[in-house]
Amino acid sequence: MYSNDMKFVDTHEWVRLEADGIASVGITNHAQELLGDLVYVELPAVGASIATGDTIGVVESVKAASDLYSPIAGEVVEVNDAVVADPTLANTEPHAAGWLFKVKLADVAELDGLMSADKYKALIG
Amino acid sequence: MNYTPFYQSHLDSNGKVVDFGGWALPVNYGSQIKEHEQVRNDAGMFDVSHMVVTDVHGVEAKDFFRHLISNDVAKLDKFGIGKALYSGLLNREAGVIDDLIVYLMPFGYRLVTNAATEAKDMNWIKQVAVSFKVELFPRRDLAMLAVQGPNAIKRVIAAHPHMKDKLEQLKPFVAVEEGSYFYARTGYTGENGLEIMLPRTEANAFWSLLLEHGVAPCGLGARDTLRLEAGMNLYGHEMDEMITPLACGMDWVVDLSDENRDFIGKRAYQLAKISTDQYKQVGLVLQGKGVLRDGQKVYVDGAECGVVTSGTFSPSLKVSIAIARISAAIEVDAATVDIRGNHEAVKIISLPFVRNGKKMF
Repeated sequence: MYSNDMKFVDTHEWVRLEADGIASVGITNHAQELLGDLVYVELPAVGASIATGDTIGVVESVKAASDLYSPIAGEVVEVNDAVVADPTLANTEPHAAGWLFKVKLADVAELDGLMSADKYKALIG
Repeated sequence: MNYTPFYQSHLDSNGKVVDFGGWALPVNYGSQIKEHEQVRNDAGMFDVSHMVVTDVHGVEAKDFFRHLISNDVAKLDKFGIGKALYSGLLNREAGVIDDLIVYLMPFGYRLVTNAATEAKDMNWIKQVAVSFKVELFPRRDLAMLAVQGPNAIKRVIAAHPHMKDKLEQLKPFVAVEEGSYFYARTGYTGENGLEIMLPRTEANAFWSLLLEHGVAPCGLGARDTLRLEAGMNLYGHEMDEMITPLACGMDWVVDLSDENRDFIGKRAYQLAKISTDQYKQVGLVLQGKGVLRDGQKVYVDGAECGVVTSGTFSPSLKVSIAIARISAAIEVDAATVDIRGNHEAVKIISLPFVRNGKKMF
């Protein structure tokens, strides 16, 4: 579930550098489990510049709203329209088809400072 | 942490158990939305054993309740044993200490109040009881299970066939006792169903029996979306000690018909009723995307006029809905709600949103 090609932050987002040099961002399986059935996501606009730790959107389940934080800096190049149309994709496939947006990284080396899968697993117990 | 008699059943049914005001209770058993739909379409069961059951005996039990609560227990007499009454428990300023159900029983009355307000309710009730010849018996020896949905009664009858005739004849808001079981046709979902009290030692066996008869376990999450669609109040959201029944849709449970009845909060309530600064309870339906949440402000023509008291995404209607408290002077049906700085359009409706599986607005 938490594979080694992904990096994590303590606000429960993940980042994965894809083959084209663009990074995908989503919420972790642990986050979706805590939130429960997702009903609404609000994502940053394509073209937006985002800085690490910024509040860039919101993920809402039936029971709660949770801010979405940028795990990394860069420019948003794509958002996942499928997950906007059907937020439960982020419940069923949080690390795959339920990705939220893609970022052209400002500095690829920033990834090295994020949590590994093992560290994240230790964090969530 | 307090554990209900169904705790082992929650674990066995894969309930996601959380700390709910000091009680270990399941928020869901997998999917809140599926549990919600199960209750709207078939039958689901909720452990509500955290709620507080108190039996009130004594020659002055009727006088006691006629003074203690806003609704008048005297009207139960003409229906007879088992009849239930919904009421507010008001303070002297007519603020709502709690909402409750009271049943007329052979020995007096059975009172059901909320768990989150248990300590202050009991302090208050005991204080009032000092002036009356009554005895209060807490019933923590009972478990309570709500079985709700269009097929709920049918499935309970399948599990307890000896109850067939009595449950088929049971009228809404009436309870029937049989042996050590108490079956009330009440609920908190807007669907048909029962709230059943039973000896706590039999809780897990009864749960298993209902599971075998197709009743699905449902958690606190679904309980909240169901009650919100049904337009029912939740203590601490729609009402609290600063809110009078007028502002939380509970005016109908304040009974002024007997002029000679003196209940706590009556004077303050009568003054509030003629005040020019009034609030009313309404429903809101979000017109666009997003989710209404409690605490968000309501605006009409750009002027703030109220607040969302409970908001969620409605699994039945697939839009966001809310209960709100707004100025009683508002007569239009178009408003906006401030969601994270954006004014989103909402339609104002009369509650409820859903009743017996049907959209009501």
